[in-house]
Amino acid sequence: MHHSSKFKIPMGPQHPALKEPESFSIALKGEKIMGVDIRLGYNHRGIEKACEERTFVQDVYLIERVCGICSHSHSTAFVQGVEEIAGLIVPPRAQYIRTLIGELERVHSHLLWLGVAGHEIGFDTLLMYTWRDREIVMDILALLSGNRVNYGMNMIGGVRRNVTEEQAQDILKGVKTLEERTKYYIEVATQETTIIKRLSGVGVLKKDDALRLGAVGPTARASGVEYDVRRNDPYAAYAELDFNVITDTNSDVYGRTIVRVKELLESYKMIRQCLKNLPNGPIAVKAPRKIPAGEAISRYEAPRGEDVHYIKSNGGEKPERVKVRAPTLANIQAVKHMLKDRYLADMPIVVAAIDPCFSCTDRLVSVKGNAGKSKKILTWEALRNYSVEWHQVHGIDFTELSYKFRTKMERF
Amino acid sequence: MRPGKMLREVLKHLFKKPATNMYPAEKLDMPKTYRGKLIFHADKCIGCKLCVRDCPSGAITINKIGEKQFEAVLDLGKCIYCAQCVDSCLKKALEATNDVELAQLDSKKLKVVLGEKSGSSS
Ligand code: SF4
Ligand code: SF4
Repeated sequence: MHHSSKFKIPMGPQHPALKEPESFSIALKGEKIMGVDIRLGYNHRGIEKACEERTFVQDVYLIERVCGICSHSHSTAFVQGVEEIAGLIVPPRAQYIRTLIGELERVHSHLLWLGVAGHEIGFDTLLMYTWRDREIVMDILALLSGNRVNYGMNMIGGVRRNVTEEQAQDILKGVKTLEERTKYYIEVATQETTIIKRLSGVGVLKKDDALRLGAVGPTARASGVEYDVRRNDPYAAYAELDFNVITDTNSDVYGRTIVRVKELLESYKMIRQCLKNLPNGPIAVKAPRKIPAGEAISRYEAPRGEDVHYIKSNGGEKPERVKVRAPTLANIQAVKHMLKDRYLADMPIVVAAIDPCFSCTDRLVSVKGNAGKSKKILTWEALRNYSVEWHQVHGIDFTELSYKFRTKMERF
Repeated sequence: MRPGKMLREVLKHLFKKPATNMYPAEKLDMPKTYRGKLIFHADKCIGCKLCVRDCPSGAITINKIGEKQFEAVLDLGKCIYCAQCVDSCLKKALEATNDVELAQLDSKKLKVVLGEKSGSSS
């Protein structure tokens, strides 16, 4: 074996270390990563196209299912866009409730991430305790919306459920416990030697690289980029809330951990403000079934970063085009950069540190011919033949096997 | 910096009761707001089918079974439990319950005629 040559190993699309199917092709020299090639597209669900086939009312639920973790982020981004096209003025109470759910969602998402990060570095104790505490916020969400995931809170023109005084008290109680626990986790993260040693200097992304590669959310903020849609382009009730945009200068996985745990404290602050200043009044305005022609771009600071939706209506009941840009797509290029010259063992945690959500990211892939410019859309049959040929060229041939299989099946 | 920061926490929990519930022996209380299996008040329904039109997953169908009489059939496997149909119905003929135990071994049994009560009324 000669150590000077590069060795390519494929990781995924199905791999025990990955929670979702995506494919990494890693060029290694010894244990060192020389370069990574990332291929998405194993989770394409055709959601955007499906949106065009359904009415705006139905799309809210479909869009909510782009992601199970940041479902409220996607549905809010979508309804905000539709409301902008239709010129609807959403009542302030609805705006506050949206913000409230949005922040509760961030809390559950960041706690989830903290657990996953602990798991990826073999610190499963952290996983167990953070996930136990996450149950508190899941219960709050269930109390408010009825369900633990896919809350179904948004409708075009407002929200579907009100917050009662009694519920507000329960939320405050839960948030108090959560805040104590989060302070404890901050202590753990800043004092526990194993965490600091394992995460410092891993997955470095310098500030100018973060800007150049278009990183968003906690990934960018941990590299010192002070950018948060909630502050820079406020939506819902954020303009009226008092909060800090958390940044960090560590620029590594450790910095990303610190940003997320500190953001939790900001979220608690915002939840309290939302409940305290909750305006009275209606929670929704009536929306027309037919949305007037027009287009809108809507931005939302999801737990993983900026989420962008584009909606175009032609005046009918169904949108003409819906485009979703999930935060992971913006962050994935940075991962490539972070992994360079690191060891293979750092890969799971570096990937996990952007809090990826690959199925939210997957959109239509158009296959480019070798000629370069010409794009063509392949039919299912053509795509299948293409794949069969590709594998044959690369020495994998199933023709005989599938022939045997077919003749066996025919005998039955 | 100190290693074993969480050790005390872990030891403390050796003497506490488990955080998990012993389901199904111990049932959880679903919140009142939960959107579970639907119930149908046939006397209120006027057969306008607004619910069918707004259902995102095509899970509900309204059949005419007689003069001004309708039945609602729900596919429990298709329903995403969003309760949009409940919101869409102007006559309040549909209602969400907090019935969650809807699993079936036979997929045919997932198609149910909705009754006034949840549970085994299917
Ligand atoms: S919307 Fe209500 S009244 Fe109309 S068909 Fe459905 S259940 Fe009946
Ligand atoms: S709850 Fe939602 S998915 Fe189920 S029948 Fe009603 S509208 Fe359809």
